Amino acid sequence: MAEANKPSQTEWDQIAESQQFKDLMATKKIFILPAFVFFVVYYFALPVLVGYAPQFMSTRVFGVLNLAYLFALSQFFVAWLIAGLYVRAAANFDRLAKDIVGKAENGKGNK
Amino acid sequence: MANISLVMFLLFIAITLGITYWASKRSAGSSAYFAASRQIKGWQNGIAVAGDYMSAASFLGIAGIIAFQGYDGFLFSVGWLVAYLTVLLVIAEPLRNAGKYTMADVLAYRLNPRPVRAMASISTLTVSTFYMIAQMVGAGALVKLLLGGYVTYNKAVIGVGILMIVYVVFGGMLATTWVQIVKAILLMSGTILLSILVMAHFHFSFVDFFGAIGHVTYHDAKGQEVVKDFLQPGLRYKPPYGPLDLISLGLALIFGTAGLPHILVRFYTVPDAKTARHSVVWAMALIGSFYIMTTFLGFGAATVVGPDYIKTHGGTNMSAPLLAQALAGNIFFAFISAIAFATILAVVAGLTISATTSFSHDLWTNVIHNGVERKPGEEVLVARISAFVVGAVAIMIAIVLGPTANVAFLVALAFAVAASANLPVIVFSIFWRRFNTAGAVTGLAVGLLASIGLIIVSPSMMAIDPPTVTGTARHLIQAKALFPLENPGILSIPLGFLGAIFGTLLSHEPSSQHKFNELLVRSNTGLGAEKAGAH
Repeated sequence: MAEANKPSQTEWDQIAESQQFKDLMATKKIFILPAFVFFVVYYFALPVLVGYAPQFMSTRVFGVLNLAYLFALSQFFVAWLIAGLYVRAAANFDRLAKDIVGKAENGKGNK
Repeated sequence: MANISLVMFLLFIAITLGITYWASKRSAGSSAYFAASRQIKGWQNGIAVAGDYMSAASFLGIAGIIAFQGYDGFLFSVGWLVAYLTVLLVIAEPLRNAGKYTMADVLAYRLNPRPVRAMASISTLTVSTFYMIAQMVGAGALVKLLLGGYVTYNKAVIGVGILMIVYVVFGGMLATTWVQIVKAILLMSGTILLSILVMAHFHFSFVDFFGAIGHVTYHDAKGQEVVKDFLQPGLRYKPPYGPLDLISLGLALIFGTAGLPHILVRFYTVPDAKTARHSVVWAMALIGSFYIMTTFLGFGAATVVGPDYIKTHGGTNMSAPLLAQALAGNIFFAFISAIAFATILAVVAGLTISATTSFSHDLWTNVIHNGVERKPGEEVLVARISAFVVGAVAIMIAIVLGPTANVAFLVALAFAVAASANLPVIVFSIFWRRFNTAGAVTGLAVGLLASIGLIIVSPSMMAIDPPTVTGTARHLIQAKALFPLENPGILSIPLGFLGAIFGTLLSHEPSSQHKFNELLVRSNTGLGAEKAGAH
């Protein structure tokens, strides 16, 4: 069972303070934080603009297609794009995490 | 017409009961019963997440809102997808790495487990029950409308209730997962077919289609004929409070989806965090495509069928089925109706299993019996019994309320509680070292009470009805609403966060800070995470 070879408190602390783990956290933060802020701002721009500038958002771009509809539609593609970029970035997180886990499990075997 | 619908309903029921029988032989033991042995594949879980999430409120409700209020209805659609970015970037992977069966597992990891689990379980049960009652009332009303001659409202509610109990009691998470997969595939096929038919109606010309949306003719409340551009914003959300309500709804979706217990439990059914991530991406592909297609469903109903006809043939919720009927006749109407029914069944099954898992794993095993199963299989047995109780209570409440009850706000309430109570404490427990038990308990309590309190004094429950509105359709409090928004998120979410922050700062708990490193490493690397089962 997972419980049996669970690392001890000192081992958890050692990993948390290791350079490798700090690198992992920094790599994650560099992607996740800006991505989160960007999508929240981009998303809330929609209700704010539609709610407070309905005239402007009703500006027609092609035929009856107006800014409001096109901006709403763009949200779907932006969300997919961010998800795609995250999956790419996460391959890197997985690699770093795998090293840390591998080291921790090997360390246990050597003792 | 009704008998074609009936045959399709029965066919779906037969398939799902077959799945349940198959799953029942693979559901022995807690990990198998609560988490499908953690062996669901990424794409399967992704489809199941989509199936769990796209409720009848989306399929019938959003199509209806667009058919009547145009663009403002489409705004609803956007938030439902974008919300998954919070799930993907912040919640899914740490949750899978740190927890076992419920969201409370993550909180209990480094905090005092009993008070935290008790509060988290109360919040989970509240969200699930409210959401379920909204679905059950909707199901009863829908089935009555579609199968009028055969089935009454009460029978429909009892039928849905019994089916969801059977899926959960006998088939556990595995059956629930596959019911959701079948439902999601049906829902996507129906929506794609309907979209193609709408375009065929306009000779596959987007110019013609959007041209028609620009000139929708109908009669307003005073009986005047009006022609409106349905792509124009502002038909639903009007000043002074409309824009704020819209932002408040957006907040509840963006922060609430990642706190919905029935969505969170799905991430325990996959082998590891990477698969959890892939399942969110699969879910986003499906959910996004579906909500983009509400353009065809909703605007299609507005242009092909027209608000006037829908109003006199069952009302807003019938927009999508009536569109199907107008485009391809009664068999397609029956097919779309059967899909709506499947949708409700799958969602209530998902809600039931998350409620029963929380009751048995959090309250029974961990709070009442200090984390020890007194005999093997007790946890699963308690879950099965509580599924009966949850089902019976939901059936009774839905029958007492009746088909005309004003329950749409319960969905808004469920999202508000998830966003204001659950999400802040999950985020803090994963990311904030200083966070502690007092913070979790106050955060959950404040978020829960603020959401419920604000809903009670909102226009959803407080309004002055004309005497023609009777029974449970009437608003509970006949007075002018004290809080002007239908969605409490804009106030209740900050309150939930503040509750968690103040509770934390006002108390000291060295042990929770001490164990933070363990949670941090485990949730970010998967070291020590629950492994997939053997069978």
